[in-house]
Amino acid sequence: MQTVERTIDNGVNVTALLDARQALAQAPEAARFTWRARCDWVHGTHSRTVIEGFHGLGEEQAHRSRFAFDIDHPEVFAAEDHGPTPVEYVLMGLAGCLTAGIAAVAQNRGIQLRSVKATVEGDMDIQGILGMDSDVRNGFDAVRVTYAIDADASREDIEALVAQSQKRSAVFDALTNPTQVEVRVK
Amino acid sequence: MRDGRSLPARRAARTVTVVVIGAGHAGLAMSHHLATRGIDHVILERGEVANSWRHERWDSLRLLTPNWQCRLPGLGYNGPDPDGFMNAQALADHLGHYARVLAAPVHTHTTVRSVQPTEGGYRVITDGGDWRCRAVVLASGACNRPVVPSLDAALPASLCRVTAFDYRHPAQLPPGGVLVVGASATGVQLAAEIHASGRPVTLAVGEHVRLPRRYRGRDIQWWLEASGLLDQGPEAVDDPERVRRLPSPQLVGSDDHHTLDLNALTVRGIELVGRLVGLSDTRLQFSGSLSAHVAAADLKLGRLLDGLDTWARESSMDSAVGPPERPEPTHLPVAPRLGIDLARGEIQSVVWATGFRPDYAWLHVPVLDRKGRLRHRGGVVEAPGLYVLGLPFLRRRRSSFIHGADDDARELGNHLAAWLARGQRHGTATSFSDRLEMLSNEI
Repeated sequence: MQTVERTIDNGVNVTALLDARQALAQAPEAARFTWRARCDWVHGTHSRTVIEGFHGLGEEQAHRSRFAFDIDHPEVFAAEDHGPTPVEYVLMGLAGCLTAGIAAVAQNRGIQLRSVKATVEGDMDIQGILGMDSDVRNGFDAVRVTYAIDADASREDIEALVAQSQKRSAVFDALTNPTQVEVRVK
Repeated sequence: MRDGRSLPARRAARTVTVVVIGAGHAGLAMSHHLATRGIDHVILERGEVANSWRHERWDSLRLLTPNWQCRLPGLGYNGPDPDGFMNAQALADHLGHYARVLAAPVHTHTTVRSVQPTEGGYRVITDGGDWRCRAVVLASGACNRPVVPSLDAALPASLCRVTAFDYRHPAQLPPGGVLVVGASATGVQLAAEIHASGRPVTLAVGEHVRLPRRYRGRDIQWWLEASGLLDQGPEAVDDPERVRRLPSPQLVGSDDHHTLDLNALTVRGIELVGRLVGLSDTRLQFSGSLSAHVAAADLKLGRLLDGLDTWARESSMDSAVGPPERPEPTHLPVAPRLGIDLARGEIQSVVWATGFRPDYAWLHVPVLDRKGRLRHRGGVVEAPGLYVLGLPFLRRRRSSFIHGADDDARELGNHLAAWLARGQRHGTATSFSDRLEMLSNEI
């Protein structure tokens, strides 16, 4: 393990993650996190989301800085295209989640990554969101992620990295499994 | 053997050095090793020897391990069909024979109501009187209760629901479609059998372990044993808990030694869907993660076969076995269904093949973790004089197999004997850390 840590560096502090796992086993309530985004409508289909604080490890936490994101729709939707669409943010979330997982698993398995590139595609029939056909769902009917990974490892080991990353991915889980979602007016 | 029913219900507690709970293969193996060391003991059995095999499994069940592998301490298989697979009745008879050969001190029809710590040992309360003992060995098995997802309670009452624990044969189910939930050995076997009865079957597949029945001309169990894989202990893997949670491999014991993986089920006409994850009104929801689970299982199988090939080459076994082969990747439907509306009547029954768990409701010793699992190391439970046998990956990968009981029972018997001897020398119970230290010295 010591040797591995000296020679392999994907920039993931696996030791800290494994230590956290041990610590949380003693205090499982600290493992409850709440993630938060605040969204303001700007104009038309344009809105801006700010992400700053979240809750975890038993207390309020904050990012190192405040992140702001514009969300809009492209001109083919008769919108002004001030930013990516909401569904593209979902794809972004999936790619970011799986890629972080790949880096962490590779670090833990002593695999040096040189480059990890993902292409994410989500298919959707917009007859759903336009209310044209009740048999068509609003969301993606299929999502594909394709990885091109350059690393000091066999093809099987790289495939195993990608498989393990899916197994531990929050966004993969959120997309593939149902979630209770409640939307209220204050 | 004594029958608990003939004993008076209550009388003064009898005294014995060790009480073994459960007269299955594990309890009998422990009895053998205790007897070898001259340690007096009794085995308390709620029913008959091999009770779970006689009364708590489905009719067609056969072992996943070939007959030659069903070795017990001092008793190998010497029947006419070493490569065949015993059914549950044959195994129960085999264990009954073993109990008679051992002259094991089994008290049948004696149900343990409570195990309580007392000064210098335990009090074991049964429906046939109480026992005081220095040590207790839990050999009551890993599969006493079915695991049923909470979703079960939300299903419409009109739907027939049966667990793998209560399932006996397809005629128990009404005509019409069946959803089998879980793709372990149990799930794939029940899916195939129910489908053969003429009922359309859908199989909900989560994490699973794919294995071919035979590989390079030999039974897969031969490979796993000969290569030493089954001897691997928890210290050899990153996360033993993960291994303990693995579903049983997709295997069936049959006369034609066929493989029963997902491809075999698809060929028969069984529909594969993802893990059952929810119910929205009347619609069952399946996870979109089926392809991920299938890819992971295929990868792990490939890695296992690579390892077996390497072992065969390095141990000069190549000429004794057939050429390396690789199974087809698992084929999935282009778009596995993500839901089934129960209101449409397509599904008439749900079979929960979602696993089993041990039952420790009667164990009144504070040794369970927050998930209800025993806190133990290699079978040495976190309470002096308490041991457990027969759980998955207890001391090695073979721990939950019939032939896994011998080594585990011998080593835990050694530990138990050393503990008894120390207790006698010092007159006090040994601390848990001392006991762990003794254990690690043995390994």
